[in-house]
Amino acid sequence: MIISLSWLKNHLDTKSNLNQIAERLTEIGLEVENIKSSNANLDNFIVCKIVKSQKHPNADKLKLCDVDIGIGNLIKVVCGAQNAKDGLFTVYAPPGATIPKTNMKLKIAKIRGVESQGMLCSGYELEQSSDQEGILELNKKEKNIGEKFFKNTGEKTIDISITPNRPDCLGVRGIARDLASAGIGRLRKQPIIKINQKFKNPIKVSIKKDKGQGCGIFGSVYIKNVQNKESPEWLKKRIISLGLKPVSAIVDITNYIMFDLNRPLHAYDADKIDQEIIVRNSKKGESFEALDNKKYTLQDNMCSISDKTGVLGLGGIIGGTRSGTEFSTKNILLESAYFFPSPIRKTSKILNIDTDAKYRFERGIDPESIKIGLELGMCMILDICGGEASKLSIVGKIKDERNIINLEIEKFSKVIGFSITKAEVKKILSSLGCSVSMSAKKMKILPPTWRPDIKEDIDLIEELTRIKGYDKVPLINPEKENIKETLTNKQKLFHFAQRSVASKGYTEAITWSFTDSKIDNFFSESKSAIKLSNPISSDLDVLRSSLYSNLMISAKKNIHRNFEDLMLFEIGPVFKGNKPGEQTTIVGAIKTGKYSRKNWIEKERNFDVYDIKNDVLKTLYEIGINIEKINVSNKTKKWYHPGRSGLLSLGSSSGPELAYFGEIHPFIVKNLDLRTENVLGFEIFLDNIPESRKKIREAKPQFIVSDYQKVARDFAFVIDEKYSSGEIINLVKKIDKQLIKEVKIFDVYQGDNIAQGKKSIAFNVTLEPKDKTLSDKDIEEISKKIILIVQETTGATLRS
Amino acid sequence: MSEIKKIKEQYTSKLDELLDQNKLNIIKTELFGKNGIISTRFKQLGSINEKERKSYATELNLLKNELQELISKKNEEIQNEEINKKLNNDKIDVTLPGRSYFAGKIHPVSQVIDEVTSIFSEIGFSVEEGPDIENEYYNFSALNTPDNHPARDMHDTFYLEHSKDLLLRTHTSPVQIRTMLKGKPPFKIIAPGRTYRHDSDQTHSPMFHQLEGLHIDKNINMGHLKGCLYYFVKKFFEVDKVKIRFRPSHFPFTEPSAEVDIGYKIQDGKIKIGEGDKWLEILGCGMVHPNVLKNAKVNPKQFQGYAFGVGIDRLAMLKYGINDLRAFFESDIRWLEFYGFDPLDIPTNYRGLSR
Repeated sequence: MIISLSWLKNHLDTKSNLNQIAERLTEIGLEVENIKSSNANLDNFIVCKIVKSQKHPNADKLKLCDVDIGIGNLIKVVCGAQNAKDGLFTVYAPPGATIPKTNMKLKIAKIRGVESQGMLCSGYELEQSSDQEGILELNKKEKNIGEKFFKNTGEKTIDISITPNRPDCLGVRGIARDLASAGIGRLRKQPIIKINQKFKNPIKVSIKKDKGQGCGIFGSVYIKNVQNKESPEWLKKRIISLGLKPVSAIVDITNYIMFDLNRPLHAYDADKIDQEIIVRNSKKGESFEALDNKKYTLQDNMCSISDKTGVLGLGGIIGGTRSGTEFSTKNILLESAYFFPSPIRKTSKILNIDTDAKYRFERGIDPESIKIGLELGMCMILDICGGEASKLSIVGKIKDERNIINLEIEKFSKVIGFSITKAEVKKILSSLGCSVSMSAKKMKILPPTWRPDIKEDIDLIEELTRIKGYDKVPLINPEKENIKETLTNKQKLFHFAQRSVASKGYTEAITWSFTDSKIDNFFSESKSAIKLSNPISSDLDVLRSSLYSNLMISAKKNIHRNFEDLMLFEIGPVFKGNKPGEQTTIVGAIKTGKYSRKNWIEKERNFDVYDIKNDVLKTLYEIGINIEKINVSNKTKKWYHPGRSGLLSLGSSSGPELAYFGEIHPFIVKNLDLRTENVLGFEIFLDNIPESRKKIREAKPQFIVSDYQKVARDFAFVIDEKYSSGEIINLVKKIDKQLIKEVKIFDVYQGDNIAQGKKSIAFNVTLEPKDKTLSDKDIEEISKKIILIVQETTGATLRS
Repeated sequence: MSEIKKIKEQYTSKLDELLDQNKLNIIKTELFGKNGIISTRFKQLGSINEKERKSYATELNLLKNELQELISKKNEEIQNEEINKKLNNDKIDVTLPGRSYFAGKIHPVSQVIDEVTSIFSEIGFSVEEGPDIENEYYNFSALNTPDNHPARDMHDTFYLEHSKDLLLRTHTSPVQIRTMLKGKPPFKIIAPGRTYRHDSDQTHSPMFHQLEGLHIDKNINMGHLKGCLYYFVKKFFEVDKVKIRFRPSHFPFTEPSAEVDIGYKIQDGKIKIGEGDKWLEILGCGMVHPNVLKNAKVNPKQFQGYAFGVGIDRLAMLKYGINDLRAFFESDIRWLEFYGFDPLDIPTNYRGLSR
């Protein structure tokens, strides 16, 4: 909402200046977004005359003009406008001036080799009209040359952001009322309007009793023999100050009253109305051309203002061209109505129309303002356009939804923290338009018709607090006492995992929760993607079902910028279904490129599966999983290389899945054009990590050390290649869980000297006796047992 | 000169010469070997007459000890010299780089969430979470924002396909409702998380992060709200003094509602929080609307309190001088490494929020 001091003063007697007013507005909740000063810059713009215009020597579409700006000699300006011609009066902007619309600062420039000393301006550039074609054509005389184009540039405007609960402040008067209540001046009385209205409104109006009828009251007045014309300067200026374009007196007057009183009006060319006005629900398929020059086809049950022929306009939203006023209009019907907020909103949403009237009606217009709106509009029209007005006709009636609110004064201090007197309550609420009646105990308050937002005592408390000032609220220091622990175990796990992965060299990324369905498909097992109905762009059309989707997009962008050695991770939600809560928290990480690149001490090599396996295992260990209990298997998902990936699960391969790891499927890497040979990744399923019920101090067994020497022995077998190292380790460990502490694979070999389909595997077994030192015989015995069991179970042969 | 003296002189001077380990070993054998000079003398003790034996034995022992000591000293000297010789030849170029290592980083949003959590933890808040997909009830209706209410325009909402009800939460406020419905007052929680609005430009991103706060108890008034937020702002920006302004505003779910501005100035092209005469909006707050309490099955006649919502990304931008919101989510490794935090740099109360 834009206001100027002079307009405000129509409603408010005040000695305060603009800055004081702006400050107070913000303090009472009418936030000032900016103060636009028509500054010295505007004084730069000068009325000039094109003395001679000729074709630019180097450009067909440009003209080179000799311009008289009243300094004696002519200056040369290059101009692209078609309408630049000899003798035209227009507006000249010198170098140094800033164009209001574009905020572009002019300087002397060579345009196609010819110097231009400034510029000739269009109405659009000067925010005078929306016309971007051609420069302004002024109706001026020789004596005006050199004058400032902008008159009275002292007037500043304030742009206020009005919250949706305050429709009353979408009019200057509402703002004036709030200011008066806040101690900035006194609200002026509205002038009483007396017009001689002799004849009856000849156009019959009826509101049909349709289901969900969007119109409550329809007031109108018929004015005959008007002469529509351009608005007088003062009115034009006000309309322009609102950022609107002056159209004609009649249209400008309706707009003026909308912004002055928050009372939308609509003027019809009465001669174009077919007999009568019928306010009724539309039928599906009906259509009309609206004043924005678009044709709208209506659904059932939209509030339409119609005549015998059909739809004239959408009530409270937009009028139609068929009954629009023109300069030639002779007789008009001026409408001032009440439309219910909810249907207005529904209709405008479906048809995607946004107008100043719709914006106001959907927030709630004062139903009592119908009469004053008609009277003021009529009065202004008669004043400017002449004519003769009928009696007012007001059809329909709505229920007064207001309740009398009981206010207990103690509640104010209980909620706000400081106290207020009854006298203050009465003064403030009365000044806002409430009727206040007081008894010894109670205060009964009836809010004004223009404040649909005031419904209960808390609304009044808010009004009182904001007028008293939020700075009066005391500052109470917070108590440092915890009701419960800050984080749950799950939340702690999240934080551990996050920093654990980062400490392994991965950089945390945060990416959208949505992604490209084409990419997400690679990483999804579900057939039905969770699609957005209104994605921000077509490549962000689904909720991600894997963290890989966006990590791959990120990796690609970085790799294509030649950052090819990358370690990225994200921790966050992926979506399994479209219901609230059907999401899980995942840590996803990728690693690509080389472990050591151009390093003198280490052989250059690519990151591989065993790098990523280490990272994921160490992370699991750090977040509290007992490594001994982790089962590694070659179970995998379709987005991994089938032979170079695996599953870490708890207990056994069918236990809870903790993490997948491995090489991303080469097909995907190629398909996404990642331009790298190896992309490795892991996914940790945080929601599957078991929650330990016990604190570490409780869960730890007693500390027992063995005093006896530990012993290690090496074994080497030739074994069928189908046996995994994990299987062999488990097999050996099981032989004597007490004695065998560790089994380490230290060599795996296939090739020369080893038969096809076989491999050589060597491992080191650590024996840690608990109760005695092992004798040679003991060691011999357990060794034999190991050899025997490995051979019997797998058919392996001992390698000599 | 006695024989012992002779031996002593002879070997003391021998041991005084420049020797290597080999030569020293030969001397050692000459003296103490099986048939060494000293060993032989000890063996012969029995053949000396009793009168002389005692003093001879004493002298011999002294000699033995003296020579042994000299030998062990010499031995040490030789070994030290050998090490020193080795050291002189053993030099590497320590300026050569070591083996590869990788330093990861924590995203500034995560870091700020941890900072904020640490601050609110100190004054008794615990952390709650809620789902990213919400329905209209939790996101709007329960929060006193009915259907067809223009306040819904303040949130350009992402909806899921084939549903008019399911959406991506536009704020973290639904967590208020979920928290209250599953528990009993008092409530003192914060809820950080992802939020979504259909908006994308320099200062808006379709996804961003919010932190919700809610404190409900029997006598929590607007003064507590003020105190809590003042405490938070001061701690977060790590300044002693900070100018704060509470300005009336409107949110359907709080009443009275306020927006909070902090004072700032621009110094040397950088934003300085806490000083200056400019105001910057950082959060919205207010006393929880009685209708919201009712919807969450909390009796508004017995309980009241405040709620607030703050943009986490915006806090990060202000505190760490980051300009473009969209860069947060573009995963440019250069940006992440520049603005990211060391994983061991965990914000805590005792060690300070930030280095």
